[in-house]
Parts: sequence; C-alpha cells; structure tokens
Amino acid sequence: MNLRHILMTGSFLVAASASTSMAADCGIDSGRLSIVGNEFPAIQTVASNSQACDGLSEAKANLTADHQKINLAGMQGDPAEYTTAIVANSSIVALMNEDVIRPLDDLVAAYGQDIPKNQLITINGQVMAVAFMANAQHLVYRKDILEQIGMEPPKTYEDMLATAEKVRAEGILEYPLGGAYMAGWNLAQEFVNMYIGHGGEFYEPGTAQVSINNDAGLATLEMLKSLSAYMNPDYLTHDSNATSAEWEAGNVALMNMWGSRTGVLMDSEGSTPEVYENTMVGAPMTVAGGNAPASTLWWDGWTVAKNISDEDAAATFKAMKHGISSAILNDETMGQAVWMIDGYQPAPVNEGVFSAISMQTTPYPMLPHHGLLHTALGDNIADFLQGKESAEQALSDIEAAYMTAAKEKGFVN
Amino acid sequence: MKHSAFFWFVLPSAVAMLLFIFFPIVSVVVQSLHSAHEQVIIEVENCGPFGCTTATAIDQEATATLRQDQPLGRFAGLEIYKDRNHLATAQIGPLWEQSTGIGDFIGKLMNLPFYKAIGFTLTFTFVVTPLTIIFGFIIAVAVNSAARAIRGPLIFFSLLPMMVTPLIGSLILFWMVDARGILGTTLRWLTDDPSLSVKADTGLMWIMLMVYGVWHSAPFAFIVYYAGLQTVNTDTLEAARIDGASRWQQIRHVVIPHLLPLTTFIALMQLMDNFRVFEPIVSFNASAHATSLSWAIYNDLGGETQQLSSAAATSVLTIIGVAILLSPVLIRTYRDYGKAA
Repeated sequence: MNLRHILMTGSFLVAASASTSMAADCGIDSGRLSIVGNEFPAIQTVASNSQACDGLSEAKANLTADHQKINLAGMQGDPAEYTTAIVANSSIVALMNEDVIRPLDDLVAAYGQDIPKNQLITINGQVMAVAFMANAQHLVYRKDILEQIGMEPPKTYEDMLATAEKVRAEGILEYPLGGAYMAGWNLAQEFVNMYIGHGGEFYEPGTAQVSINNDAGLATLEMLKSLSAYMNPDYLTHDSNATSAEWEAGNVALMNMWGSRTGVLMDSEGSTPEVYENTMVGAPMTVAGGNAPASTLWWDGWTVAKNISDEDAAATFKAMKHGISSAILNDETMGQAVWMIDGYQPAPVNEGVFSAISMQTTPYPMLPHHGLLHTALGDNIADFLQGKESAEQALSDIEAAYMTAAKEKGFVN
Repeated sequence: MKHSAFFWFVLPSAVAMLLFIFFPIVSVVVQSLHSAHEQVIIEVENCGPFGCTTATAIDQEATATLRQDQPLGRFAGLEIYKDRNHLATAQIGPLWEQSTGIGDFIGKLMNLPFYKAIGFTLTFTFVVTPLTIIFGFIIAVAVNSAARAIRGPLIFFSLLPMMVTPLIGSLILFWMVDARGILGTTLRWLTDDPSLSVKADTGLMWIMLMVYGVWHSAPFAFIVYYAGLQTVNTDTLEAARIDGASRWQQIRHVVIPHLLPLTTFIALMQLMDNFRVFEPIVSFNASAHATSLSWAIYNDLGGETQQLSSAAATSVLTIIGVAILLSPVLIRTYRDYGKAA
C-alpha cells in the first residue's frame, strides 16, 4: 500500500504543478477524474481546465509522449486507473480493439446536449469520443530565404525539391529540408502521407490483406529518398522535437510539420528574430500531379473508460466537457491549436491546418489492423533510405512483416 | 545444517524467486504459444469532424464470447517462433538457395528482423565483455598503485559512469557525437571529412554503441577487481620481488591468477547484461542501424497495436540465448567446485 501512496503523491505533484486554472463549477458532486494523454500545449490546457472543476474526489493527469504505451494497460483494470484517455484518430483504434472505452450516448443525452454534432466521433452509430481540435502536417517555410532566391512557397513536393536545390546551389544552407524522419512511428507517418498523395490504397478492398508493393509504393519511397538527400545526414534520428530544434537553430528552410507544433516555432522563445519572424506556414503539398494533399487529417479528442463506476464516468464526462468549453479560450490558449470550440478565432499560425481541411485531405485511416502496418513501415523503410536494399525489397519486407503480425493478431489467415 | 533449518533459511528467497522469476517465465512461455483470436470484423460507418467514411471495426460482442471460451487465445504451438518475425524457418531455405555465397547469405539473413537483432546483440556482447574486463583491470591496477591520499577521489571518478542513469549517460554521449557536438566536430576535423556523421553511418553507430557499453560497465569490473586486489597476498608479492620479478611479471604470475575467479564472475554478469543491450539503442535513436532482442520486445509492445505473443516469443528466445551463452562458464564453475569438494 505504501508504494501506491508514494506513486499517488508523485502524480498529485504533477497534477498540482499543471493546474494553474481557477476552480470552476462544472456541476459535479463527486467522482474521480484521471487523464492520460499526449503532451503538447493544447492538451495541457484541456487537462488543467478539466482538473480545475469543483467537487471531484480526485483530479489528476498523466500527460506524456509515451501515452500510447500506458493508456491501454491503465484502462484494462477494473476499476480502471485512467477514467479518460485523450486520443487521436489512430490511437482510439487500439482502445476500441481491446474494448476499454464506453459509448457516450447516454452521457451526451444527459449532460452534453450542447456539444456540437460535428465534435462527436461516432463509430457504428455510437458516440465513442468527443473531438476538440484538428491537426495535420503541412508546409512550414522561411520567407526570407525564399525571397532571397526569388521563389514562391512550393505547392508540390516536386517544387519543394527544386526550391531545396536552389537554396543549396546558392550556398545559403547545405541541408535546406527538414522533416520528422526518425525510424519508427515518424518515418512510417511520412510514408502514409506520401502514399496517400500518390493515390495509393493500403489494402485490397474489403480485407486486411496489405497491398503496397505497387507503383504508388515505389514512387513514394523514391520521393522520400529524394527529399532525404537535402536533409541533415542524421535525419533518421530526428523526431518532431529534434526537427523543431533544427528549425529554431536556423538550419532549415522548408519542412513538412505538424500544425500543433508551429506555434512554438513562431513564438520568440528559443530562437532568433531572423528565424521566428520569417517562419510562415503554407498548405500541405501534393505530389506526382495528384489532387489530394500528401498529408493526413487528425482530430484529438477524449474518451471515457469502460471499467469505472457510472458516478466516475459522469464526473469525468462533465469535467472533460468543461475542459473543452469556450471558457478555456484566452489570448494564450487561442493559438495553441485549431480548436473546434465556439468562440475560437483562427490565427495565422493555424492557416496550414485550415488549408488541409479545405483541400479535403484524407483523414488518417481508422482501421483495427492499421497500427500493425504502421509499425511494419517504421521498421523497414530505413534500410532503403540508407541504400542497403532496393525499394522493391523494402516494400516486400514491409508486406511480409505486416502479414506475419496480422496473422498472429488474427486479422488474416 | 539441519534439513529443517536449511528449509526455513532458504524459504523466503525461494518464495520470492518462485513469485518474481519462475511464474513470470511460465506465463511468458504460455503466452508465446498462443496467438490472438480470429478477429470478427464488421463494416461500420465512422463520422467525425471531417465527415463520414466507411471503415471496419472489431465486433466486441462476438469477441467477448470467443474470449470467454478460450481466455488465452488460439493455441498456436511453435507457430510464432517459426514465423518470419522470429526464427523464420520457412524463409531460410529459399534464402540459402538464392544466395551466391556464404557472405551473400549472411547479408540476406540480416534482412530478417530476428537475425538482424541477434547479429548486433552477439557482436555487442562479444566486443564489449572482453573490453570491459580489460579496461576494468587496468583501471583497478592503476588506482591501486596511486598514492593513498588521492585514491578516494580517483575511485569516485572512476565509478561515475556507472552511477549516471544509463539513459542520461547515453543521451550525453549522443549529443557529444552530434555533427555539431564536441566529439562529432573533432572527428570531422581529424578525418578532414566535413560530411562525416556518426549518427548517419551504420558502422560508426555500432562503434559508438559499443564505446558506450564499455564506458558504462568498465567501472563495475574496476570495483570488483579493486576489491580483489586488496586481498592479494603481500608475502607472495614480496617473495616475487626478492626473486627479481618485474612489475609485469608480478601482475602476470601473481595478481592475475589470484583474480581469476573474479574474472569468471564479471564475465558472467557482463555476458548477461550485454546480451540484454537496450537503453543505448533507444536513447541514441539507433534503431535504423542496430536492433537488439530487447529492443525487438520493446518495439512489439510499443506500437499502437501491442503484439504480446510476438514479444513473449522473443523473450523466451532471449532466455534461451542467455542460457546458451552462460553454459560454458557455468559448467566450468561447476567442475571447479566439484574439484574443491
């Protein structure tokens, strides 16, 4: 029991330092709130505002970049440790697969009539999550460098290559491109973007049989390799954080980056005026003459755990609803994300995500077996980019690794 | 010792070992012999802020019934051990036939995830273990012959690499060898190659991981040897000196034989530790260049869809690997004890 107390004290300290918001009346008499989620400014805002609700018997949050490794285990117990998980359209699938989140229809009917319909994520007719922000990867560029070489911001990846070549040829930057290409999840995400941009289909229609070893797959790998030639040679070790650091250091002129991270690049912290004043966002790029952007649309939203009492579920629902109400918007929080909240005023920093929405970018696939393909992609693309094997070999390795995993998990026979 | 006294004496540790070592291993073995139920997939309509799409989902009601009937999943026997992501028994034969020679075969074998991981794991183990022992011994002898007044601080500084948390220690080295870090820049200057990058080159990355391995575990060998050096019989040493033995001859013929049992101990510990190499690969973001068995387990469990059976199979293979590695040393120790008794 002592260990549990020590651990709880630890999480209370985290909770105490995170919640700077004023106490709020959310109509809660009793019940528990325990949040697990990713860590970036918008989610921190939602979590601290939810925790500020009066009447909760316990209010804590565990926000970490490793949330996907702990949320499932933390919700499988009965009662579940976490009463809510903040998820995105990819990570909700893992929770749905294991049946640890509850349908929210009764709670929406009782306490959430005022939540706009488009924020409700319904799966097979049941509300499973409430979205509060949109996200997408899009172009980020340095206005001063593009003016110096007399070129417009690229609209396609082919333009991006030409622009990068010119920046290099004029001797401005040796490695003008950036990108979160770290082997693993990030690199797999770049493949997913580019493959969608090439109009590829990941599976044979209606099945979990993978089919990426085709012309679109080959073109995707070739484009990733062409781009990587203009990146810092260490690109396979750069995740979103490291890429942002490279940007703030002024080493990069163009990159494809998450909308939720551009606010940090454009504020005055951690960089020089030359860099942050010239940082601009643009629409996501297309590739190979396609119309669909080579990017994916994401929503972030919250869920409610299945294995908790009705009292805790109601308290969690009300607190999280308060966490995404108009009351949380102020000068500081407004630019943190593309909020789906009433009263949200778009800032220039959010234009990239808005363009992604208006260009009808494909949402990231919500399929129960897609996580396995994402892992297989992340493990097998680096060999090709390093020139250790051919593109055909890399694609067939990915297919074989995925099929083995899918067989073990019972998705294919 | 009386049998009953012996029983009560070992009972606490026997219970602890059963609970924390034996049962978990049994559970891992059982898990590795089962795979997930065949998924009951239904077509669903998903709606959200970006409109509605037709997708698929797992039918939870049907799955719940399946789970109730067979809580462990489908019995798969050794299927998971034999599949492509582990021993790849079906893939090796064709690879051998396609290969032009043994080198080509090994190259192709390294493309399979398990063999890629074991390739690095074994190289790491067999490079780092001897180097750790040699460096630990040299540091111990050097510290032991230093003036008494400075020995305390010397021991403290020699132990620092082991005190630093492995993740932090490797992060420090990671930033130092960055192209703009102090070691990375020095390397570029020394080799006169401005495009040289440790993080981008597989060979250099392997060397860096091994340098880290030696740096991190040499203090362990050092402190064990240093303790051993305090027990070297001074009479024997003095006799050797009177007989005109040089410093090297004293070490070779008196000190090293005295410390041999300790070497066996260090070798055992280091073989086990190095076979489980994990932290440096994560903190160096080195998975594009080097993977290990422990990293493969972590990767299986860290994805959006957890592959528990796959991770369990790799764990069992790791245990078997450790047992094979340790068997020569264990057999030797057993024989030595036999002689002594």
